[in-house]
Amino acid sequence: MTYNVQVKVMPLKELLDPQGKAVMGGLDNLGLKGIEDVRVGKNISLQVNAGNEAEAKKLAEEATKKLLANPVMEYFEIAIN
Amino acid sequence: MKFGVVVFPGSNCDRDMFDALSQDMNQEVIMLWHKDRDLSMFAKEDCIILPGGFSYGDYLRCGAIARFSPLMQSVIDFAHQGGKVFGVCNGFQILCESHLLPGALLRNSHQKFVCKNVFLKDTDNNIFKIPVAHGEGRFYADEKTLDDLEDGGQVIFRYCDEKGQVTDASNPNGAIRNIAGICNVNRNVFGMMPHPERATSEVLGNTDGRKILKDLLMSEELANHLA
Repeated sequence: MTYNVQVKVMPLKELLDPQGKAVMGGLDNLGLKGIEDVRVGKNISLQVNAGNEAEAKKLAEEATKKLLANPVMEYFEIAIN
Repeated sequence: MKFGVVVFPGSNCDRDMFDALSQDMNQEVIMLWHKDRDLSMFAKEDCIILPGGFSYGDYLRCGAIARFSPLMQSVIDFAHQGGKVFGVCNGFQILCESHLLPGALLRNSHQKFVCKNVFLKDTDNNIFKIPVAHGEGRFYADEKTLDDLEDGGQVIFRYCDEKGQVTDASNPNGAIRNIAGICNVNRNVFGMMPHPERATSEVLGNTDGRKILKDLLMSEELANHLA
């Protein structure tokens, strides 16, 4: 069966995120108040063929650890819908 | 000795490197295609170079996809066997992604692409003027890794001012501890963000890059012969 796996990859919390800072500047210019911080990451959508949900998650984890995220600078979360 | 320059889709400093080594420094250089695997024509004292550019369009992360090129598997083996490997700019990013060097290169802290001459200092306090051209050159590693790099003398270049002072103002990208280049523990894998291959010709008004290429990559005998 095919599972729709979403991998969220974000810059580590302790790291400066210049892209988020630039977007924050844009929001300020828009005049939107109350947004205190922005961080930009990515969402990677995988269609995974596996026997069950646990297997699909395991495969996505392997893909993420080996290629999709770099633990030196990023953390990730995996969700299956 | 001879050099191999790897061409990835999106490399754009490969010909500069070829020209610097072959024309300006009179070395034998072989161009290598990322889809090949064969490095059997290279011996341990030879050097494989990963050039600057935007391999695979910098998709996902700079250097992340190039790491899985067929030829990179051979380059990683070559490095593990003690062969010399040198990465400049995108090549440095690929070496970090390949785990041949520790750390990572992050987006410049000021959010801008930077293209200008900067000053660098090596471990013997020689000062060089070398151009940088990158959007993601902010070296980062955790504190433990950084301390290990410093203790092992593996920080081979730092950004500095004209007089060799390591200052925040002379750091073009926000690199931690002003780090511009590092090597591995075994001192056969080198990576740096600045471009020595763009500074090897009198015609271009700067030959500081020659000394960097000589010091890093060539035996003392060959370097003396060239001097």
